[in-house]
Amino acid sequence: MSLRVAPDQKQRVALTVNGKVRSGFAEPRMLLTDFLRHELQLFGVHVGCEHGVCGACTVLVAGRAVRSCTRYAVQMDGAEITTVEGLAEPDALGVLQQAFAQHHALQCGFCTPGILLSATQFLRQNGAPSEAEVRDMLSGHICRCTGYAGIVAAIMDAAAKLRGE
Amino acid sequence: MKPVAFEYVRPDTLAEALEVLADRRAEAAVLAGGMSLGPMLNLRMVRPKTVIDISRLPGLDRIETRGDRIVTGATVIQADALVSPVIRAELPLLALALPWVGHFQTRNAGTLGGSVAHADPSAEIPLCAVVSDATVVLRSRRRERRVRAGEFFVGALSTVREPDEIVVAIDWPRASPGEGHAFEEIAQRHGDFAIAAAACEVVLDGDGRIGRLALGLGGVVDRPIAVDTQAVAGAMADGGTAQALARRIAADLEPMEDHAATADYRRALAQVLIERVVMRAVAAARGKA
Repeated sequence: MSLRVAPDQKQRVALTVNGKVRSGFAEPRMLLTDFLRHELQLFGVHVGCEHGVCGACTVLVAGRAVRSCTRYAVQMDGAEITTVEGLAEPDALGVLQQAFAQHHALQCGFCTPGILLSATQFLRQNGAPSEAEVRDMLSGHICRCTGYAGIVAAIMDAAAKLRGE
Repeated sequence: MKPVAFEYVRPDTLAEALEVLADRRAEAAVLAGGMSLGPMLNLRMVRPKTVIDISRLPGLDRIETRGDRIVTGATVIQADALVSPVIRAELPLLALALPWVGHFQTRNAGTLGGSVAHADPSAEIPLCAVVSDATVVLRSRRRERRVRAGEFFVGALSTVREPDEIVVAIDWPRASPGEGHAFEEIAQRHGDFAIAAAACEVVLDGDGRIGRLALGLGGVVDRPIAVDTQAVAGAMADGGTAQALARRIAADLEPMEDHAATADYRRALAQVLIERVVMRAVAAARGKA
């Protein structure tokens, strides 16, 4: 059935986040970013530019890395979302995260969750990327610490480890 | 940062979307992937009373072959177009341009129709549509209307779309077997808006001379433009011809000026890019001969 939500109406939104069904309420103008943070307490979703440029708010929707700041929570009913909280168990890091730690690929850490999610989809699609391909994917993220060299090294290393090398 | 408060409508059918749009007209904004409208909403550059979400509408996300045409639905996601074997085989110019559209993450949401309807002067998909002589298919409650891409874009973020119309598809001519293609752009950072972009389609005649040459520029003036290449029909397909053509076109341009580039810099880029795309398209056409 078609959906109409008035400007000041709070609509119930139910979605699967990190494998669990979660729900909350959102007015039409509520960004998915704010919904994930304030309704679902997923503070690993970072708020940067809020207009789709910096990549800090990137999450996976149905396995694809997208900006959560340029879509609205009301659009997302039924969606399947992964945030950085869903990338590993609370007390253990995944291969990609370990590689980030090892290669000093995070400094202030603000851009990191978004980059981890982009790299997760990227490595699923391309298990043996070239450095140029990694840099192309990374062009969608801004690291103001300028730690790109470490980030590239970490993603290349994670790719090799995931291939069993 | 938040958009103005708006009513959200997610219709189940195109007919219902067109009904709502016919009622709200210019007070409504049509939302697909949100890669252009989202930022404009968040920055309050647009303040619609109603947002009509067409991203889940059935039937608008197909890539269909119809005789000598390829019809791409408005909500085909750019990342899906990039890996589509049909687009790779039948619309090689679009296939060459898609990696230049935004970033990996924005192509995961942005749509072909959204880019065309938004009409950013530097956008790659509109430029391909103009150079390929594609047709923009519009629907309203009243009728279906078809507009050639060259007549669709009238200025920056400005098209001939009426307030009650939705871009539902782009209808492209299939590339002919001997056609060579090239796409090039210069941006400050890969994935940023192009300061200048050029696209070219060429068919060589039996003697290896230039038969048909379609050439266009994006990001240089306020809309994607096709440039007149009549003068080079029948000319040798060589560097001299490309250079002379590039010089003549660049001299006639009146480029935009903004924070990214002066008019003179854009003119210089246009000249270099034209020369490059013509030579690369010729090389590609020779490779197919």
